Amino acid sequence: MVKRFVQVVCASLALVGCAGGWANAEVTLNGAGASFPKPMYDKFIAEYNRIKPEVKINYSSVGSGAGIKQISEGTIDFGGSDAAMSDKQLAEAKGGKIMHIPTVMGAVVPVYNLEGVSQPVKFTGPVLADIFLGKVTRWNDPKLAEINQGLKLPDTSITVVHRSDGSGTTAVFTDYLCKISPEWKSSIGSGTSVKWIAAGAIGGKGNEQVAATVQKTPGAIGYVELIYALENKIPFGQMQNKSGKFLSGSIETVSAAAADLKDVPADMRLSITNADGENAYPISAWTYILLYQDQKDAEKGKALVDFLTWVTHDGQALASQLHYAPLPKSLQQKIEGTLASVIVAK
Amino acid sequence: MTEAIAGMNLGTNDSAPNLAARPRPRPRRRTNRGDRIFTWLLRTASLIPILLMALFLVVLAIGAMPSIKAYGLGFLASTEWDPTEDHEAYGALPFIYGTLISSLFGLAIAAPVGIGVATFLNEVFPDRPRGLRGTVAFLIEILATIPSIVYGVWAFFMMVPWVEHTIIPATHAIFGKNFFLFAGQRGLSLFSGGLVLAVMILPMIVSISLDAIRSVPASYREAALGLGATRFEMIRMAVWPAARSGLMGACILALGRAMGETMAITMVIGNSNQIQWSLFAPSNTIASTIASQFGEASGLMAASLIELALVLFVMTLLVNTTARLIIRHLSAQKGAIV
Repeated sequence: MVKRFVQVVCASLALVGCAGGWANAEVTLNGAGASFPKPMYDKFIAEYNRIKPEVKINYSSVGSGAGIKQISEGTIDFGGSDAAMSDKQLAEAKGGKIMHIPTVMGAVVPVYNLEGVSQPVKFTGPVLADIFLGKVTRWNDPKLAEINQGLKLPDTSITVVHRSDGSGTTAVFTDYLCKISPEWKSSIGSGTSVKWIAAGAIGGKGNEQVAATVQKTPGAIGYVELIYALENKIPFGQMQNKSGKFLSGSIETVSAAAADLKDVPADMRLSITNADGENAYPISAWTYILLYQDQKDAEKGKALVDFLTWVTHDGQALASQLHYAPLPKSLQQKIEGTLASVIVAK
Repeated sequence: MTEAIAGMNLGTNDSAPNLAARPRPRPRRRTNRGDRIFTWLLRTASLIPILLMALFLVVLAIGAMPSIKAYGLGFLASTEWDPTEDHEAYGALPFIYGTLISSLFGLAIAAPVGIGVATFLNEVFPDRPRGLRGTVAFLIEILATIPSIVYGVWAFFMMVPWVEHTIIPATHAIFGKNFFLFAGQRGLSLFSGGLVLAVMILPMIVSISLDAIRSVPASYREAALGLGATRFEMIRMAVWPAARSGLMGACILALGRAMGETMAITMVIGNSNQIQWSLFAPSNTIASTIASQFGEASGLMAASLIELALVLFVMTLLVNTTARLIIRHLSAQKGAIV
């Protein structure tokens, strides 16, 4: 009986060994992070897999905060985050220096659930801040009525919906609110997770749950990436930009926000919210992929650099299919320089 | 004659006089080696859960040390929860409140229903065809095996809109919109959280209560009936008091499970870190907060979350210990069986 057992074990090990040998040609890259670009990354990965089937890439949407933490710990090969890592977070990264590679641009839009309102509701920055601070509590508040002349807003209470997990979308949104509301900046601040003080505010996990919650809750207002509003057919509002114009988030308005880039730092950590430019959408952002400069695994490092090169060049043509904006050409040179500086072990 | 006796197999009784000159067998040991090894294995295995629990406590305490040092006991009373990098502050009170209220609310609904179902199944429900009772009991126990995320999804899509569109308007019609307990509009709230918990702990209460009620001897029931009690009086006088400690045990176990429930609760409770009086306002529980925020936590925030876990651990221990003391006290009284 023991002899038979040993025979079976040896046979299984041999099979596993064969399979292992077979799989050697395949490289698997694991990434995790922001839900903001998840639909876009899914498309990038699917397309890239057609071109290079031996590279298998997995990306899970767990929120920018978790993406930053996992790349710092080294448990994933690349992280995704809408929020650039702070100097403190960069210092805590366990594998050395982390590079930020912008991949695509998108818009954070205010979604809401109002019955009988057929046209997009207009918001100014200060009014949006007041809503999320809990100071404006009903939809028919005079501040909203003032900017929405000709639109009858109902007398429903506003329920704020925010992110309950660590989110780059929150970071972009609060970064914008800090810029246009001194009260927000002093009392709350910006980051992937903040303290929400509006009474009765509800939290959802991921862009996905915020969208679902807004859809189910009459009178709710939340903030999600544009594609989630479009895919789920949730009405979203127009934001007033720095020039005073009311704009909806779209490829054109987001591209306009990055059209006139000045003083882009070498590590490309830049916020483009509240940009100048007549057609610039005020809550725009580009999202980063985070990777270590020092790639210890030769195969994975090369595959990752190749993937990112493709994403930032040929892949950009796919962005508009999902209503994300492609990166401005002025950034591409910087990206090429950064990717070239990645040290792939031999 | 002696040769015949000596030739007989007299077993191992060495004290019988052995008249033939046979070498005396060596005295046997008390236990043989197999038994001793087995006992040692069992002893080690039984120590493992205790060691694990001690290990949990130690690891949690070490992980929570930065937060314990920073906040001390004030952590339990503070309502701050600010993860922003520049001005971090953490406190546990909103989560302790949410956990306790949602669990107690769930128990308040599930306990009468569960004990009622168990009583009904055993006393009233017909057993013809034979085995029908057993089948129904089995089906109820199946409810307990449904994964909690399935409950969460069901609650988010089906129960929350029902609460928001049916229960809340009905409550407002009776109590008015501003009554402090019921002021609020949202389906995603403590109320929904409590309801989901009630549904989840119901099967557990039913199966344990059923066991307790079944083990009340028939003589108790017959005695009550013989004195002229109606069926309900019989249940009230003979069955429930006798099964009292088992029923309480069921409720306490269910409360422990409710306090630790994570995925189902996090989808319907609204994830709000503020304490509000109303049952229809969003709230948060310890388990749900840890699940949402642990992914991105580091440094002081991670330590605070671990301290929250420690608080939940201690809370559950306290609840269970209190329950056991109550049960022991009740069992010592006359009439208790289980």
